[in-house]
Amino acid sequence: MKIKQISVFLENKKGRLYEALKALAQAGVNIRALSIADTSDFGILRMIVNNPELAKKALEEAGFTTKITNVIAVGVKDEPGGLAEVLKILYENDINVEYVYAFVEKSGEEALVVLRTNNLEKTIDLLQEKGIKLFDSKAVENL
Amino acid sequence: MEKRYFNPKIELLPREELGALQLKKLKKIINKVYKRVPHYRKKFEEAGVKPSHLKTLEDIRHFPFTTKEDLFVDYPFGLLAEPLEKVVRLHTSSGTTGKPKALFFSRKDVMAQAELIARSLVMSGATSGDILQNSMTYGLFTGALVMHYGAELLGMLVIPAGPGNTERQIELMRTFGTTCIHMTPSYALYVASLIQEKGLKPGKDLKLKRAYLGAEPYTEETRRKIEEMLKVDVFNCYGLSEMGGPGVGFECPVKEGLHLWEDAFLVEIVNPENGEPVKPGEVGELVLTSLNREAMPLIRYRTRDLTRFIPEPCSCGRTHVRIARILGRADDMFIVRGVNIFPQQIEGVLMGIKGVAQNYQIILEGYDEMTVKVEIDRDFFDGRIERLLKLKEEITEKLRQAIQVRPKVELVEPGTLPVSEGKAKRVIDKRTL
Repeated sequence: MKIKQISVFLENKKGRLYEALKALAQAGVNIRALSIADTSDFGILRMIVNNPELAKKALEEAGFTTKITNVIAVGVKDEPGGLAEVLKILYENDINVEYVYAFVEKSGEEALVVLRTNNLEKTIDLLQEKGIKLFDSKAVENL
Repeated sequence: MEKRYFNPKIELLPREELGALQLKKLKKIINKVYKRVPHYRKKFEEAGVKPSHLKTLEDIRHFPFTTKEDLFVDYPFGLLAEPLEKVVRLHTSSGTTGKPKALFFSRKDVMAQAELIARSLVMSGATSGDILQNSMTYGLFTGALVMHYGAELLGMLVIPAGPGNTERQIELMRTFGTTCIHMTPSYALYVASLIQEKGLKPGKDLKLKRAYLGAEPYTEETRRKIEEMLKVDVFNCYGLSEMGGPGVGFECPVKEGLHLWEDAFLVEIVNPENGEPVKPGEVGELVLTSLNREAMPLIRYRTRDLTRFIPEPCSCGRTHVRIARILGRADDMFIVRGVNIFPQQIEGVLMGIKGVAQNYQIILEGYDEMTVKVEIDRDFFDGRIERLLKLKEEITEKLRQAIQVRPKVELVEPGTLPVSEGKAKRVIDKRTL
């Protein structure tokens, strides 16, 4: 149930984000979800794309430092408290959320979020047990 | 470990006797240049000193320094202390501008330097049964020829390979069973990588035992890397053409600093700013007086190389003083918040940290602010920000410990800074005073 996320190390330099996105555009990669974590001198661009391997190749050819890691895609009710409900489950089970960000698209009536925790296996088991909908890579690619 | 010496009497001479020997030689050489070299006489007179003022070794402080500019006065023969008939060899050393420095050797000078090399090679464990592949540049540069003579004096078989043509270098090593190599550390890294690429196994396909690396500063980490790749013992050697070439300083198997042959050189370390002696163990510029040179003795020559004394006696038994590996050039030194810093200190720290790539850059700006830009290692990046922040903190803290100044550390993408080969610009000073 894990999906692949591509992370890119970005120096805090004018035009660097644009160059990364340009490389993806030229390779025909479609971005499904995106977030940037930044510090004073560097940032990490995290993305869910339709083709992670192609994205990695395109970015590395353009000189970027990248890494593919696993995350999960969670469907939450598109209503107040939808995401809180998911986080409550994790909180009550002592799982730390490393980061969370939202997809651009919805899937039917559900909003989609990317979730990374300190224990992905346990998170997947717990959420499935509680009937929370998880999306696999195929579903994400076909959004 | 079996202890062998090429010249045990001199190498093991008690320090008191060594000092007495130095004083005797120093008086003689000071007298000689005063009498025979007009430029030295003039310099001494301007400084208000006479040879008779030299009563103890410490009195050398009152005598003027010789700088590379002095080598261009009455060029090229002006500093000769012997008639040309006694000169048998010329070597030159590239200057940064225009003419090369011209250095002259008498027959005695050539053989005296060869003895220093022979002593150093025996010190490293080499014997007349060893085969030395000499891959420094033969020609005007002292590096290869001086080593060549010394190795022959010891009785080694010398392969005068010269540098370059790495395929052939490796072929020579295989065909003749080379046991020792002499080259620059950067070339050794290159040769080692090609050996790996060819799938050759040092220790099996090659008989290499020792590598004598010098002519450019390198770090302890680079030494370890080369030792690992080539399965050899790396010995750091130091020399400069002005002092006769290689053989001035050499590591013993203890590998904690280089012994300087004090029967041949009077050694001082001074503050590069004001020329005053530094405290024992403090970093400064190495200043050498050649005690044996016949044709072209130099008094208190400013080497521009930075190092420090290692005052403790060495367990190898040799009484000759040790200096730390060359830390850089005095010209590279910069001052931040009153602290003298040189790029190699920074490099040494960075190379010991996992997650850091090869290149770095130091930027000085504003009110004495120092920023160190560091490339991260591609393989270290795992997408987590905490890991990078921890790396940044580790670099900052280790640098602070090493240089006493807390720099601002910036992590940058690999491959974005100038490559660390040769004389890449490491320090960018934007401060305006």
